[in-house]
Amino acid sequence: MPKAELMDFDRALELFEPVLGFEVHVELNTKTKMFCGCANEFGSGANTNTCPTCLGLPGGLPQVNKKAIESSIRLGLALGCEIAEHSRFARKNYFYPDTAKNFQTSQYDDPIAHDGSITIELESGRLVTVEIERAHMEDDAGKLTHMGGATGRIQGADYSLVDYNRGGVPLVEIVTQMIEGAEHDAPEIGKTYVAAIREIAKALGVSNARMEEGNVRCDANVSLRPRGSNVLGTRTETKNVNSLRSVERAVRYEIQRQAAVLAGGGTITQETRHWHEDTGITSAGRPKSDADDYRYFPEPDLLPMAPSRDWVEELRLTLPEPPAARRKRLQAAWGFANLEFQDVVNSDLLDAVEATVAAGASAQAARKWWTGEIARLANAAGVAADSLVTPAQLAALIELVDAGTLTDRLARQVLEGVIAGEGTPAEVVDSRGLAVVSDDGALIAAIDAALLGQPDVLAKIRDGKVQAAGAVIGAVMKAMRGQADAARVRELVLERAATIE
Amino acid sequence: MSEITAEQVAHLAYLARIDLSPLEITSLTHDLGQIVDSIAKVSEVATADTPATSHPMPLTNVFRDDVVVPSLTVEQALSGAPDRAGDKFRVPAILDEE
Repeated sequence: MPKAELMDFDRALELFEPVLGFEVHVELNTKTKMFCGCANEFGSGANTNTCPTCLGLPGGLPQVNKKAIESSIRLGLALGCEIAEHSRFARKNYFYPDTAKNFQTSQYDDPIAHDGSITIELESGRLVTVEIERAHMEDDAGKLTHMGGATGRIQGADYSLVDYNRGGVPLVEIVTQMIEGAEHDAPEIGKTYVAAIREIAKALGVSNARMEEGNVRCDANVSLRPRGSNVLGTRTETKNVNSLRSVERAVRYEIQRQAAVLAGGGTITQETRHWHEDTGITSAGRPKSDADDYRYFPEPDLLPMAPSRDWVEELRLTLPEPPAARRKRLQAAWGFANLEFQDVVNSDLLDAVEATVAAGASAQAARKWWTGEIARLANAAGVAADSLVTPAQLAALIELVDAGTLTDRLARQVLEGVIAGEGTPAEVVDSRGLAVVSDDGALIAAIDAALLGQPDVLAKIRDGKVQAAGAVIGAVMKAMRGQADAARVRELVLERAATIE
Repeated sequence: MSEITAEQVAHLAYLARIDLSPLEITSLTHDLGQIVDSIAKVSEVATADTPATSHPMPLTNVFRDDVVVPSLTVEQALSGAPDRAGDKFRVPAILDEE
């Protein structure tokens, strides 16, 4: 693939004004698919969740999943949208092997939700309001695997394999209005906007909202217009941008690429481009104009929807606190510094910390454990931190530390035991015999042995050289296999040094 | 007479992946033209406050509950496929070599 020429980002911004737009697909976590009763779940083998309807076989008849409509309305409301009084499905016709019906059941001129907005906050504190044009419902496509060829990509593949388990799974596609005035913040706006949509979907509970599993997917539209012009430039649509970092990188890349083309006297082709996570570049797909003739028409097999105003208001009452407001409230309640709080948010541990605090732990201790030791173990195991221990288990562990039963070092061992499934923290303390030795008798015996074993150190301590006690403390801690409270040992060492014969 | 041209019919046939002979294109251009003319007549009668109708039945909000029902077996699902590889449908190369 030829490497495109890029213009320096700052230079590109001097010459051009970027205009953005985003289409974010949110996969709903209903139990069944959008139009049939096949399970909405993966991992149980290819093509295990299919039926005549989602395979587009003769005789298949779609039936609308009520829960999917409810989730779509709630998502629309959370985005500040109007919920349409009349809404209907439409067929979007095209041939592609991931779409068994040869059309996608989508919505065209009567989307379920329209005209909303959300306000996002950038790291600089700048507030940007993103207008939402519409949020419409549609069904997902199957999953293609390209075989043969050198790269595993669609180009050069010998053939492809299709698994239709995902075909027919409910999606909500959220389409923004044009975002102008983004300027240097354009890449960050992309990232922050997609993060906000993901956070809202997660807070509503309508989606698992895991980008790495494709529950939230972003297409980024970017165009440039020369400074001083008010004519919009030709846009490109970059697909397959499936992590927050990639959204940021893809927007930056397209600005730099388009600026280089335009400054060199070239023109931008209106086209779909593919984002390549590995190389950090976009490449041309088919020109957009060729694919735009979808011949939409109202889906004859599905009746229109007219969500009653009572139902919509009932659903409005189920909306959770907006995630941005919740973050502000929690940071104030916990008294975290910005960096501490960001650390929790970026690690996706807000829920975990909140639940741990609710279970009785201090906010700082909860933060320290989740973003420290637990995150470290989760990274090593390649799993999510909150899948390792429950907030209740962690709160119990923190309580044992606070009570002096465990040192931090012992607590880390107990944590490992809890993760290994050995029981509650208290049970692991018992079964592994990990409690701090608080029996002064045992400590004194070890201290006396250490002091008598190092008479020179004893002499120094008696001379008032208190720092010499370190050597004895070390020896005692070693003898106790770390299961002693170092501060208490130090206290006792000084006491015994004065009195020992 | 309507504006339907043979080029439009050929384009539609391409989009729908229907292989039409020149004779069929001529006859379909004529037929589709008549249909468009008939619809134009209806539009003359319909006033601005007549909403477009997509469904003849006066029904809305027909939903099903979100309850899983058994799917086809993998063998049933693949039984009509021209080609397969393991439990997946196998399809020809999608793009030509670029």
